[in-house]
Amino acid sequence: MSDTTDGQVLTTQDGKPLKAALAKALRREKLRALLLIAPLLIFVLITFVAPIADMLFRSVENGIVAETLPKTAFALREWDPGSGNVPDEEVFAALYGDMVVAVGEKKHTRLGSRLNYEQSGISSLFRKTGRRIKRMDEAGPFTEQFLDADKKWGDVSTWQVLKQFSPKYTDGYFLNAFDAKRGIDGIEMKPADERIYMLLFGRTLFLSIVITLACLVLGYPIAFLLAALPLRTSNLLMILVLLPFWTSLLVRTSAWKVLLQQQGVINDFLVWTGLVSEAGRLVMINNQTGTIIAMTHILLPFMILPLYSVMKTISPTYVRAAKSLGANDWTAFWRVYFPQSVPGIGAGAVLAFILSIGYYITPELVGGTSGIFISNRIAYHISSSLNWGLAASLGTLLLVAVLVLFVVYDRIVGIDNVKLG
Amino acid sequence: MANTRGAAVKYDSVQKSYDGETLVVKNLNLDIPPGEFLTMLGPSGSGKTTCLMMLAGFEPATHGEIYLNDRPINNVPPHKRGIGMVFQNYALFPHMTVAENLAFPLQVRNMNKAEQEEKVQRALEMVELGAFGNRRPAQLSGGQQQRVAVARALVFNPELVLMDEPLGALDKQLREQMQYEIKHIHESLGVTVVYVTHDQTEALTMSDRVAVFNDGIIQQLSTPDDLYEDPQNSFVAQFIGENNKLSGKVIDIQGEECLVELGDGTQLKADRVNVSAVGDQTTLSLRPERVEFDTHDSMDNLVNARVEELIYLGDHIRVRMNVAGNDEFIVKVRNRGEKRTLNVGDTVPLGWALNDCKALDAVV
Ligand SMILES: Nc1ncnc2c1ncn2[C@@H]1O[C@H](COP(=O)(O)OP(=O)(O)O)[C@@H](O)[C@H]1O
Ligand SMILES: [Mg+2]
Repeated sequence: MSDTTDGQVLTTQDGKPLKAALAKALRREKLRALLLIAPLLIFVLITFVAPIADMLFRSVENGIVAETLPKTAFALREWDPGSGNVPDEEVFAALYGDMVVAVGEKKHTRLGSRLNYEQSGISSLFRKTGRRIKRMDEAGPFTEQFLDADKKWGDVSTWQVLKQFSPKYTDGYFLNAFDAKRGIDGIEMKPADERIYMLLFGRTLFLSIVITLACLVLGYPIAFLLAALPLRTSNLLMILVLLPFWTSLLVRTSAWKVLLQQQGVINDFLVWTGLVSEAGRLVMINNQTGTIIAMTHILLPFMILPLYSVMKTISPTYVRAAKSLGANDWTAFWRVYFPQSVPGIGAGAVLAFILSIGYYITPELVGGTSGIFISNRIAYHISSSLNWGLAASLGTLLLVAVLVLFVVYDRIVGIDNVKLG
Repeated sequence: MANTRGAAVKYDSVQKSYDGETLVVKNLNLDIPPGEFLTMLGPSGSGKTTCLMMLAGFEPATHGEIYLNDRPINNVPPHKRGIGMVFQNYALFPHMTVAENLAFPLQVRNMNKAEQEEKVQRALEMVELGAFGNRRPAQLSGGQQQRVAVARALVFNPELVLMDEPLGALDKQLREQMQYEIKHIHESLGVTVVYVTHDQTEALTMSDRVAVFNDGIIQQLSTPDDLYEDPQNSFVAQFIGENNKLSGKVIDIQGEECLVELGDGTQLKADRVNVSAVGDQTTLSLRPERVEFDTHDSMDNLVNARVEELIYLGDHIRVRMNVAGNDEFIVKVRNRGEKRTLNVGDTVPLGWALNDCKALDAVV
């Protein structure tokens, strides 16, 4: 402290400044710590951070037009889609040159299917043109020959798509993920019947909240019992809570199919008791109900465990103290026990919610069409439609949504209030 | 705080077993008059907490009845008993401020806000924490938390306050200070206090009466000075204060006196407290400070003893001696500033009065 007040710099025995010596000593410590965690750090970087970063990058990356049709992309810079006219001969000439090369390398179909995500029909346009390109006259004029090959070359919208995707980076995937597109006068929403992602995001959020609440309502009393019972009994109960972890997720989800389907166990039972008529069998699967029930079951342990570990630390003397001060059972619970269990609720809710929002298998199996999540759509684009850019942008949005919710949660509940034990 | 009337407590042949196999409390009969400060003193595991919990209503009595102001309370739930309680680890609610903690018993009694605030403030001032109302318990020192716990147990004017080893977590100096403070609060309020501790000094300093527990049984119920001067059995003599034991056999009984022969043939006269017949085995109990080096022939008991060890303690010197084969015999010599004349290995005469030497039961 004194080194600043009297203007003198404290030094070590051999005259080096004390602060520098301290920093040096600390640096060695830090370096050693870093070396210790290095294997894990490298592992995480290579197997986790790098693939995710690469995937996220795909949501804006868009080199394909510029690579396949470099001259066309360059020539299109001058063209204004707002004019309402197709580009002039110069651009068509560039396109011819590019296409000859692309067809020779057989790259035009790839470009066609890529641009087909943006506007259907482009894939066949490129295939058709590719077949005709060899028969075209090298001397031009090219405009008529292309129009001859396919009339779509006369559509402004075709060229607009080409122009829009000719830069190396694009916001097209993100627009798509927001159910929007770039029309002639800027960004506009897609027609109402083509909007699906915002609906899916909304549904994913809503169902995740419902599932989290259901887990809380069902899990709280169990965690309470676990923490309150004598050790022997509570161990047994704990095994029951953990039992689902030892069963395959698929098996558990399929079991729900057996239970919930219209000819399933529950419906049979309800019909047998007469609560439900044969014709009025309940539809409990392949819809949102199915997703909620199965997901709640699967995420329940993730709610119970943090709750339990927090409740375990709440000494029973608090409740006794409250009662000795005149509080009845409910008041003692609500005013004294419950507030102390809130950190557990926070941890359990965050865990269940974040797991739920990205869940994939269970909604896929029991969700039908009305009960699927955004993650199912992402999986579809990864493995079926092969539109990885869109999948990546949807994934990025999901990630951002979770982070935003996390920050909001931190503001309201406070992340330091979250305890896992 | 307003003076409260103390409540009368009565345990009537109370027994308690947790597992149906062993009795933790064996036939407890105890009458506590209003306003008394009664301490349950005993080693750990002797059943003190259990007795307190039965009174507070957190453990049911297996047999017998407990009365509060002559009303049987076995079937009254804890929150309707109106008994204040201070727990060993204070059990202050961590999510409430000190003031909220104190207001809690008033809120559940639906007292109006203004009156609550006034009472809380007065209770805080009673324990000299008037400025700490807005702190969380975790922001207070151990001693301050202790005071808050005491204030909270008293703020709703209970007639009876239970304290289960409330000072156990404090350091020695703070503990002594708190002993006096609790004692003064008790005196000024007039509440009945049932206090549990395993610390005999604490029990002797604070209590009107002390019930010495061992093995689920009250060994002796007396005022502090009685316990020290007239222990009724070897356990109490051993547990309260420092004590020399000499085992022997009764060879003669004359009214309130008896003659005891030790293992090496030494014969000593003793106060007959807990022996019934000639031939009984007995333990003689003798306080270290009652043994004299300045012997004279008219003393009741005279023996020769060898000095084994001298320990200098400032105000007095502890001398460990060998008396009749027992080399754990301690004598305290007041330090009068004279030059020390005792040396290890000396054999010197010792003497003590018959009344200071109690013939008790042989066990222990
Ligand atoms: N909740 C309980 N369940 C079973 N045994 C208990 C329980 N509480 C106390 N005991 C047993 O009862 C005996 C007396 O305990 P306790 O009343 O706490 O003694 P103390 O307070 O004097 O140390 C001990 O042997 C203890 O093991
Ligand atoms: Mg105890």
